[in-house]
Amino acid sequence: MCASQRSHQLERTECHPVEHMDHRAANHPLTLTLSPEDEGEGTGFGRWLIVISLLFAVLAPPPVRAVDPAVLQAERERVEVVQRVAASVVAIFSNSGDGGGSGVLISSDGYALSNFHVTSSAGEFMKCGLNDGKLYDAVIVGIDPTGDVALIKLLGRDDFPAATLGDSDQVRVGEWVYAMGNPFLLATDFQPTLTAGIVSGVHRYQYPAGTILEYADCIQTDASINPGNSGGPLFNARGELVGINGRGSFEKRGRVFVGAGYAISINQIKHFLGALRSGRIVDHATLGALVRTGYDRAVIVDRVLEESSAYRRGLREGDVVVSFAGRPIGSVNQFKNVLGIYPDGWKVPLVYRREGKRNEIVVELRPLHRASELLEKPKPPQRPEPRPRPKPDAPEKPKNPDELPADLAPQKPERPEQWKHLYEERAGFANYHFNRMEQARVLKGLAEFGDYADAKGRWRFTGETADAKPFVFTLSDKGLGLTLGKNGYYFQPPDVDPLDEPAGTGGLLSALDQLKRLLTDGPEAFSACYYVGSEPLDGRGPLVDVLFTQQGTVQTQWFFDRQSGRMLGFDTALAGDMDPAEVRIQELDDFSGRRFLGRWTARSGDKEFATFHTTAIEMLTQ
Amino acid sequence: MRSKESRSTRRFPRLRIGLVCALLLLGTSASAQSTVETIEDVAPRIVKIFGAGGRKGLHAYGSGFLVSPEGHIATVWSHILDGETVSVILHDGRRFDARILGADPQFDLAVLKIDAENLPHFDLQQPPPSVGVGTRVLAFSNVFKVATGDEPVTVMHGVIAAQTNLSARRGVFEAPYTGPVYIVDAVTNNSGAAGGALTTRDGKLLGMLGKELRNSATDTWLNYVVPIQQLRTPLEDIREGRYTPRPSTDDADATIAMRRYVPEDFGLVLIPDVVQRTPVYIDRVLPGSAAEKAGLRSDDLVLFVDDQLAPSSRVFREELAKREAGRPLKLVVRRDDRLITVDLPVPRKASENE
Repeated sequence: MCASQRSHQLERTECHPVEHMDHRAANHPLTLTLSPEDEGEGTGFGRWLIVISLLFAVLAPPPVRAVDPAVLQAERERVEVVQRVAASVVAIFSNSGDGGGSGVLISSDGYALSNFHVTSSAGEFMKCGLNDGKLYDAVIVGIDPTGDVALIKLLGRDDFPAATLGDSDQVRVGEWVYAMGNPFLLATDFQPTLTAGIVSGVHRYQYPAGTILEYADCIQTDASINPGNSGGPLFNARGELVGINGRGSFEKRGRVFVGAGYAISINQIKHFLGALRSGRIVDHATLGALVRTGYDRAVIVDRVLEESSAYRRGLREGDVVVSFAGRPIGSVNQFKNVLGIYPDGWKVPLVYRREGKRNEIVVELRPLHRASELLEKPKPPQRPEPRPRPKPDAPEKPKNPDELPADLAPQKPERPEQWKHLYEERAGFANYHFNRMEQARVLKGLAEFGDYADAKGRWRFTGETADAKPFVFTLSDKGLGLTLGKNGYYFQPPDVDPLDEPAGTGGLLSALDQLKRLLTDGPEAFSACYYVGSEPLDGRGPLVDVLFTQQGTVQTQWFFDRQSGRMLGFDTALAGDMDPAEVRIQELDDFSGRRFLGRWTARSGDKEFATFHTTAIEMLTQ
Repeated sequence: MRSKESRSTRRFPRLRIGLVCALLLLGTSASAQSTVETIEDVAPRIVKIFGAGGRKGLHAYGSGFLVSPEGHIATVWSHILDGETVSVILHDGRRFDARILGADPQFDLAVLKIDAENLPHFDLQQPPPSVGVGTRVLAFSNVFKVATGDEPVTVMHGVIAAQTNLSARRGVFEAPYTGPVYIVDAVTNNSGAAGGALTTRDGKLLGMLGKELRNSATDTWLNYVVPIQQLRTPLEDIREGRYTPRPSTDDADATIAMRRYVPEDFGLVLIPDVVQRTPVYIDRVLPGSAAEKAGLRSDDLVLFVDDQLAPSSRVFREELAKREAGRPLKLVVRRDDRLITVDLPVPRKASENE
């Protein structure tokens, strides 16, 4: 029997194809006609035929009501889409066997998305079931506790069936969507449960409810999303992944679905993917300003932190926010929706109005939480995913033979022998192993510069600026200096805190010194070095990998083009409340066996200091 | 039959199949498109209502829908309308202070009015489509107050699962409306949904989403909708100012058609209402009042109000609030182990304007 179209909890039953519908015309007894030969043979035979026919007519089942072919076609398409995407749905189990949730594979080498609150109760390694009936080991990769997203990696194959990422901004209210996963942990055979519904709302904001979890810009659906569905995929009618299910509105009936479920939009997750892949604990962002709704529904800046990039770019109390990251802002919720989908450190455009005049700025988003709030292994919300509850009318569910009964579960998390090298513990990271790998990948971009191992002595490079001023940079342990044109003389003495020198550059001399250190001594020479994630360069440009280094109080972000791997520039910040010195490389040039900054720009805030064209370099051995 | 087929399709059966396929494809994509478009058309007619509540588990938000371009809004009669101000937020985020034009508690119906023009609305003059069990429907409301400002309200899908008469209760006593309703399989029984609109898949109004009620036979929460045919006459009556409470009062004042009584109007002071279901004990009786004259005393427990069970203080007050002047208020109280029935005359209450 086909599952009813109207049913909301569709199990994976077979739907009979169309063929059975057409039997009625061919085999209906009353369509028998008596041929002339029959008549001639003898009326006795004919009469018997009529009696038998009438008997059949009386006893035959009533004709099947015709189903609109369009409906059957839609059903066929639906079944085909679901059968295709079901392979990418993951059933996630904690090591102790109780509790779990869902996930979805997004790449053939095994990366899969889920909710943070699912994986956090599972531990570093977990077991995952796919609809091929097999259980796979998986390791935690990166987590976003605020956004409730986690990235894990299934192990043992390089050809996992992966879902195609869709565009959640294209989703419209009224579209059909499918949620797949393991609600109530029903899928003991790992065949995911499918529920279907429409999109009930888009760009919905759900307040943090007692935890740090904030669901911004999510997709609201009336497809059933129950405990166990968390972390699983929301597909559109074409089978593209548009969301990760994770939350619902619950009220008087307890924690079961009552018509309103929420999925994290895939476009939000795309912003965080680079960071998640690198094993980090990612934080969300704040503008460094508070906004409120004014009388005419305008969103007005209430307060701006003076240390924030927004303040330095000119945003002040009373300014009206017109658009943020390209989206028009008509309410505080919409503002929070935009803010909620970006990792900290991203640069986004903001348009504000003051006294009738429009101003456009690019602001750097600050971390939302204090380091301590996120760095201590973040705890999941109070109520973890449910254990399978035996229902009074249902038979006892057969236990998965791989599950350990709860009381025998080992206290120490299990690390499978063959995979334990894939997990490396380090404070501040979900799994440092992956960050190490990303660092190695990105640092290959330095190979282009050549071998600087014996260039640890004094550096001197000369040339001319774009407005024809000759310049000489000197970087040595006696200090950092720049002579520019006729009268420009700038100096950073050694053994003194780094200065904004030349003034207004954000500390260009110190920035160049960071480059020298990176090229000659490598990342080990810094007190901290890690891969951050990927973002559009300066908020609008090409996607770049971001590497972070720290030396003393000086923090530098290095930008490598994701396509080519080449270094496009770097930002060095002397302090958190100062605009960093920004160096952007137009091209590297060859200088006797090495490559170095050929044509490059130095700027800070929104002011350009100079564009340099290096013509000669001298790098001493010591 | 043959003569009706066009020559070309008779000669080229492939063409006929092709046309059918083309029409089918158009049909499929057209119906998929039309739900999205229907919603874009209908959602702006739904309004978000905010009013009294927010304490003791009573939410302060609900839904309503526009029935005229100048701002008449149909919604449910509920505690949200109890307070001083009722705010209405339109689809574009504009906020209005709404007046309560009138209410008909028998239909759990209230009509609000905001001062606006050219608003998207449902045309009640349109005959409602004929529907039955299985008709696919859309439910529009601000359930769980998910939508704020200019965000569109929530849309759920479902079918009409049954057509029946309402037998429901809120807590333990009967709901006032016991007429025909649609039962739907969309979960409309949630806070904030009452007063929203049920439509067909192509946007024709079918009815108003009901309140959070339980089925008294099965003790399950009901997703019910009051058909628009039932509401049309009381709606029009209130709009036209024809609404008069039963029995009619001599006050011509039709601005607020409801007079709301409190126990003190009858001389009853009840014990403080501090728990979920505070029993209706009389704390004391005001001297010279109707209650004193009827012989009621402290520690009497009120059991029935007008033949309806009054299991809690809150329910008793709600019942009183809906009363109109005219026929006496019948109370059945328990004193020790006796049941005593009294009739209290209902005093004429000053209208809100005075």
